[in-house]
Formats: sequence, C-alpha cells, structure tokens
Amino acid sequence: MSEVIFAYETSGEEMTLNMGPQHPSTHGVIRFIIKTDGEIMHTAIPDVGYLHRSIEGIAEKCTYEGFMPYTDRVDYVCAMTANHAWAAAVEKLADIKVPERGEYLRVITDELNRISSHAIGVGAMAMDIGATTPFMYILREREYVNDLLEMICGARLTYNYHRVGGVGWDMPTGWRDKCLRWLDHFEPIIDEYNRLICLNELFIKRLANLAVVTGEEAISYGMVGPNLRASGVDFDVRRDAPYSVYGKFQFDVPIGKGEMGTVGDCWDRYYVRIEEWKQSVRILRQAFDQIEKTEKDFWNHPKKLKPKGDAYARVEAARGDMGCYVVGDGTANAYRARFRTGSFNSMKVIQDKSRGLMVADLVALIASLDIVAPEIDR
Amino acid sequence: MEAAEIFARLTAEVGDAVSAFTALGTRDPFCMVAPARWHDVAVLLRNDAALQFDFCQCITAVDWPKKSILQMVYHLYSYPLRHSFVVKADLPRDNPTIQSVADIWMAADWNEREQFDLLGVGFLGHPDLRRVLLPDDWVGYPLRKDYKEAAMYRDMPTSRPSTLDLLVVYDRATPAEKQKAMHPGAGDEGEQETTDE
Repeated sequence: MSEVIFAYETSGEEMTLNMGPQHPSTHGVIRFIIKTDGEIMHTAIPDVGYLHRSIEGIAEKCTYEGFMPYTDRVDYVCAMTANHAWAAAVEKLADIKVPERGEYLRVITDELNRISSHAIGVGAMAMDIGATTPFMYILREREYVNDLLEMICGARLTYNYHRVGGVGWDMPTGWRDKCLRWLDHFEPIIDEYNRLICLNELFIKRLANLAVVTGEEAISYGMVGPNLRASGVDFDVRRDAPYSVYGKFQFDVPIGKGEMGTVGDCWDRYYVRIEEWKQSVRILRQAFDQIEKTEKDFWNHPKKLKPKGDAYARVEAARGDMGCYVVGDGTANAYRARFRTGSFNSMKVIQDKSRGLMVADLVALIASLDIVAPEIDR
Repeated sequence: MEAAEIFARLTAEVGDAVSAFTALGTRDPFCMVAPARWHDVAVLLRNDAALQFDFCQCITAVDWPKKSILQMVYHLYSYPLRHSFVVKADLPRDNPTIQSVADIWMAADWNEREQFDLLGVGFLGHPDLRRVLLPDDWVGYPLRKDYKEAAMYRDMPTSRPSTLDLLVVYDRATPAEKQKAMHPGAGDEGEQETTDE
C-alpha cells in the first residue's frame, strides 16, 4: 500500500452521489451510486442496464446466421471477437469445419481489432485521469486499423465479417501488404507511446498500488483476459485452450509483475495491454506469413443449419475470455443463447474494491478494467 | 482430468446427488445434480484437490415449458488443472429454486442475479437477489418462453409502430390520425391529462 502522506479525518457524515449514467469516464451509460464521506468512498454500487437490448432474446428470434450482425453490438469496441464467439459456438453445435484460410482471416481480423480495442482502452484511461494528449496520438493509430478493417469488410466499428463456417469475403488485393506496412509503422509507436505516457512519473503515481486485486480474488471474481493476467495469473485462452489456428503461432503471454507497485494494481492492468500489442503484432506477422500457403476456400457455407443439443465456445476477446453458450432444438433459430462477458463480472470487482478509495481513483479503477457498457448489459 | 473421471470422483464423494453423466461426440460432457444438494457438490468441485474448479465461467438458465422445467447450466473451469466440466440441474417450472453458490465463487453473485432477473430463478441464500439489468418494478421474466410484454411501462408504450405501417398511414390519414399513429396509447383519455406533478 502507498504511504500515507496526509492525515484525513472523516466527518462521520455520509453523502450519496450519483456518478453517471451520462458521465464521461463510465465509458457508456452506467450509473454508480456512491456513498462517500468527504473524498473517501464507503461504497460505489454499479447500477447497470441502461443499454440492455436483450441481445440474448433477439438471438431466439433470428436464424443462426441472421443473428451474426447483432453480435457486433455485444461489444462494439471489439466486435470481431464477438462475431468469432458466436460463429465458434454454432460451429461446435452443428459440427462444421472451417477452411484454413477462413481461420487465418478470422485470426488476422481478431488481432487487428484487439490492437484497436486496446488503443481505446489505454488511451481513454490516460484521458480519464487527466492526460488528454495520449488519447489523440493513439486514436490516430486506431484510425489506420479502422481503415484496414473497412477495406476487408466495409464497416469501421460493427463489422459483421465472420460467418458460420468461415468468413464473408477473402481479403482484397494488396490488403496484406498494406497491413504489413502498417505493422512496421505501428511497432515503433508502442515505444514512443511508452515514452509519452506509460512510464510517466505522475501517471505511475496515480495508478501504482491502486485497487490491488490478487490472483486468487481475480479468479473468484471471474475476471478474465488482461485484467486476470495483470493479477499474475498466467492464462490465455489463445495459448491454453487453443481455438481456431492459434496453436500454430509463437507468442508470449504478458502477465502483471508489479514493476511499479504491487501485482494486480491499476498500472499492471494498464501495462499488460501495452505488452499485448507487441504480441498481437507478432501473431499478425506470422499469420500473414502462413496465410500465403493456404487454399483459396475461405467459407464452408452450411446448406442446412438446424442443429440440436448445446455447445459452449470461448474465445479470447480484447476484454478477455468471451464465452458463448448456444442451445439448439432442431429448428433454424437458436433456442437459447448466452454471452458470458468480462465487463459484467468486473462490476462486482468495482463494488467491492471501491471501498476506501477516493472518488478520483474510482475513475482510474473503472478505466483500468477496460469496461464497455454494452458488454455488461447486452 | 477427463470428464468421466471427474464424474467418478463426484459419485465417490457425494453419491446420488449427481447422476446421468452424458458425453456425446464433440459436445461438452455434463452431469445432472440434485438442486437441493447443489451447494455441497459445488463446495466439493471447488475445494477437492483433484478437481479444483476455481473459475465459474458461465451460469445459464434455459426455459423448457414443454418439459415443464427450468434447467440451470453451470460451466466450470479449473485454472490449476486446466480441465472443464458442465453441471446441469432441472428445476420445476412453477417453483424454480436452487441453492446459491455466491459464497463459493464471487463471480456467481452477479451472474445469479442476472438469471433471476431474466428468467426468474430463485437462488436460496443469495446475499443480494435483486434485478440487475431491468428496473426493479418490471413485471415478468423476459427470457421465459411464455413471456408477454406489457403494453405499457410507467405510462410509456413498450413498442413502437412499424415504420412500414406508418408509411401507409401517412399517405391517407388526416393530421389527427397521424398523431394517433405516432403516439399509440397517448391521449386516449382525452385532453384532460394532468401535467402538474
């Protein structure tokens, strides 16, 4: 814990504050009911549901393939992986094989999207605690990713590119070279970004030792992805429960080391994302190398899709292990669909860890968990 | 550990609380659990040295009105041992209750609240069983198969007319009819609506 540098006397009066639903640092519409004594919070209770569109209910009313465009809205900052989760679950349910090129294109778009999603995550975090400039720098890089993804699927945010049995289109001519050129450009930017903000003294002072979540707690809370790894748990779905073609790549899984404070503090959660950029770049280079050798076929279009039974598929989304559970009853529509998302589980972390924090530090905690409101509410 | 071994371990410890182990093709293997003994089984799954299911991945309730049951599905995963398992429990549809496991896995707290909110499953012993996504005064459980949405919620219509229908109305209707088509439910009581509150 950080050393006490000033004495603080509580007045014994509790005040209730509403933070949100339209608060810029809540990353979407979430409300926090804060009970505070002066600057020190007693509790912050998340009140979610403002973006609830009943995506799971819509899934029961669409065909399996017709539901694909809705999955983008589960997590609009990282829509590709939500596409992937739905496709993987339906493929597991109906026992469909995906052509190799389709799998490579999925991995490539997933990783590009992961880079752009982490860009929003780390950029917005810096902005939330008061550094506006880095957000602008990193958003410039995100624009390039958006351009690249627009070239391959026509959309900049809600992609709808993956299909049950493959992907919608092959990559356009020259796209591979454009991506490789951009990777060459992006890799040095990571170091530049580190010099700009990550290793900034003030930034570290704000984040180190703040809202520490131990590894054991993180597992019990059901935290996933970068948040889990920041707490020192060495687990990545891509490596430890490989899906798609992730088994064919060499990459490291960065975990929180507590370099600036304690393992599992806000700075660790932040820096794990920066490290993941480097690994995504590594995966992308290998994928672009290997995709050259694949056959032309990229979509094994299922003619009849009326599966029966149930299946659970998990993919590594930008906000961690995203699970999709599908139940089929032998008709063209899913009988029940369920998305298990990282942000929803993070809500309980905020509820518990906000005790004793300052109001300004709550903003850092929310941002460090990289919460996206539609993923909570679905 | 393979799923069959996990089931054998469970049977050895808790006997008939678990039953009907099923492993078909590529599907996830699962077993059924008696709802009244789910908490004991969950403690075993979490703490047994050979099982160590420390991650409660996903809690789902599925409504089967034809069989008159609500089925709970728990997806579990073990980080130390890297194996997974699925546990299902059939609850009677007219009184769907099961023991809460929020004290074993903290993740279960909010996930159980969500299933309570959308499907109306009662979790016995849950510390804070309130609606989470829907407003507290919402009526009914939307993901149940026989759910019918009320036409109005707090004097607000819950649906809007189809825009295709509106186009026809716009071609033919008088201004008053247009107004009524745009705001169904509003103004039915005449113009004496109270505005002073």
